Amino acid sequence: MLKLNNVSFLVNDEGQDKEIIRNINIEIPDNKLIVVTGPNGGGKSTLARLIAGIEKPTQGSIIFNGEDITNMSITDRARKGISFAFQQPVRFKGIDVMDLIRIASGKQLSVSDACQYLSLVGLCARDYINREVNASLSGGELKRIEIATVLARGAQLSVFDEPEAGIDLWSFKNLIEVFENIKKTIKNGSILIISHQERILNIADEILVLKNGKLEHQGKKEDVLPLLLGTQSAVVECNKKEAWKGENI
Amino acid sequence: MMKLDEIQKRLLEEVADLHNVPEGAFNIRSNSEAVGRKSTANIEIVPKKDVAGIDIHIKPFTKNESVHIPVVMTQSGLKELVYNDFYIGEGADVVIVAGCGIDNCGTQDSEHDGIHRFFVGKNAKIKYVEKHYGSGSGSGKRILNPGTEVYQEEGSMVEMEMVQIKGVDDTERTTTAELKAGARLVVRERLMTHGSQRAISTYVVSLNGEGSSADVVSRSVARDNSFQKFDAKIVGNAACQGHTECDSIIMDNGKILAVPGLEANCLDAALVHEAAIGKIAGDQLIKLMTLGLTEQEAEEQIINGFLK
Repeated sequence: MLKLNNVSFLVNDEGQDKEIIRNINIEIPDNKLIVVTGPNGGGKSTLARLIAGIEKPTQGSIIFNGEDITNMSITDRARKGISFAFQQPVRFKGIDVMDLIRIASGKQLSVSDACQYLSLVGLCARDYINREVNASLSGGELKRIEIATVLARGAQLSVFDEPEAGIDLWSFKNLIEVFENIKKTIKNGSILIISHQERILNIADEILVLKNGKLEHQGKKEDVLPLLLGTQSAVVECNKKEAWKGENI
Repeated sequence: MMKLDEIQKRLLEEVADLHNVPEGAFNIRSNSEAVGRKSTANIEIVPKKDVAGIDIHIKPFTKNESVHIPVVMTQSGLKELVYNDFYIGEGADVVIVAGCGIDNCGTQDSEHDGIHRFFVGKNAKIKYVEKHYGSGSGSGKRILNPGTEVYQEEGSMVEMEMVQIKGVDDTERTTTAELKAGARLVVRERLMTHGSQRAISTYVVSLNGEGSSADVVSRSVARDNSFQKFDAKIVGNAACQGHTECDSIIMDNGKILAVPGLEANCLDAALVHEAAIGKIAGDQLIKLMTLGLTEQEAEEQIINGFLK
């Protein structure tokens, strides 16, 4: 269980304090799939980064399984059971996919075990396991590898920051299946996805809506989703198709 | 012959991956003396008469054979200049493993300057691996100044892997190459300096024949107060293709000077250089930290991968 108590986050923008997150209170229960949505610039990604420890709140506290982790480092939070998939996956020279999955799992995985994680995200494991995680991979490939590293971690709370960004429509459909599978198989674990895709919102147990750094709605999907349809917070697939027209993975 | 102590054995392992007497032809030099030498039917190793060093003659069309010529130094204060000449016959295809390991526990500087010349015959192919390694807690410096000259005949191929990861205080490496028509040179240099080490690497590759090509790539890391200079010049004197690349990470107070140089003396010479120097990207560290590594462990993973 993750709790954010009165969390605020300010940045200094050209000499002026700008509030990105404004005094929010959130509870992420165990064994749930939560989707955080809201218009662009509403503070969604910042919220994900605050949970992973990449940013520290300027006010308030973050409690994970009853422990105050507000001032804990990224590493310590990861070790406590929080994992994070980047919106823009990071590239490395010389580190290959196998290395990254091994680091993520925290053990000496066999190649066949590592390959299973790649298969789950729809990559032909044999073709990728020895590839370097560098610029030779397309945005879509990197994104799937990023998700595979989070799967390999098997953390108690997995945070995905806009997993659909940068992937084509075909991969997007598979991505939904990946999350549906994770949802079925999670044991004592929760998933938090930052997204404004209607299809992702549709598989949520609960939806949070962030607007201008404030929590506008929080509740069961059945209650919140009807309020969002047709707005920027629940973009339907065809818009995605438009946005990614011509993109190949 | 072949009486080596534990330190010498460790150095041999570091520079030539040797745990025992190697297969094929070899010459092992320890503290300025040859402690083991073996020629084969196709590869003859002959000591030079006028200066220190050896001549290595590889018969034409010798295939799938290797030559190991490692050097180890454990005596503090030793200085040597060694000339090794390789004559590689037409159509041969061999692997040559050189390398030098210095363990200096004393107060005086130890220095090994090796001049290697390669005369590569028509259509011959060689892979040359050279590793440098230094150890020992003495205040005396470990100095290595390798000079490499490569002369490639038509259609020959030379692949060089130069590695210096640890413990060498001062290096000035000079490599020159002259390529005839259709010849190809590939250089992969990996270098890490720390403490107050200094490493200078200079390449001058002349592409003289039509269809010749060169690809010189250096990946390096400069830590602490160390300094590196990578000076790579490709001269295109014919219709040829040349590429040089310096990709470096700086840490602490490390300094790197990259001087890429291209000289095109022929309209059909296609030459490219790339150079990038910077610290480890913050998002790389963060990514690995979200996987549970500490900042220091993340740094090590990134550097190890980069120099792999």
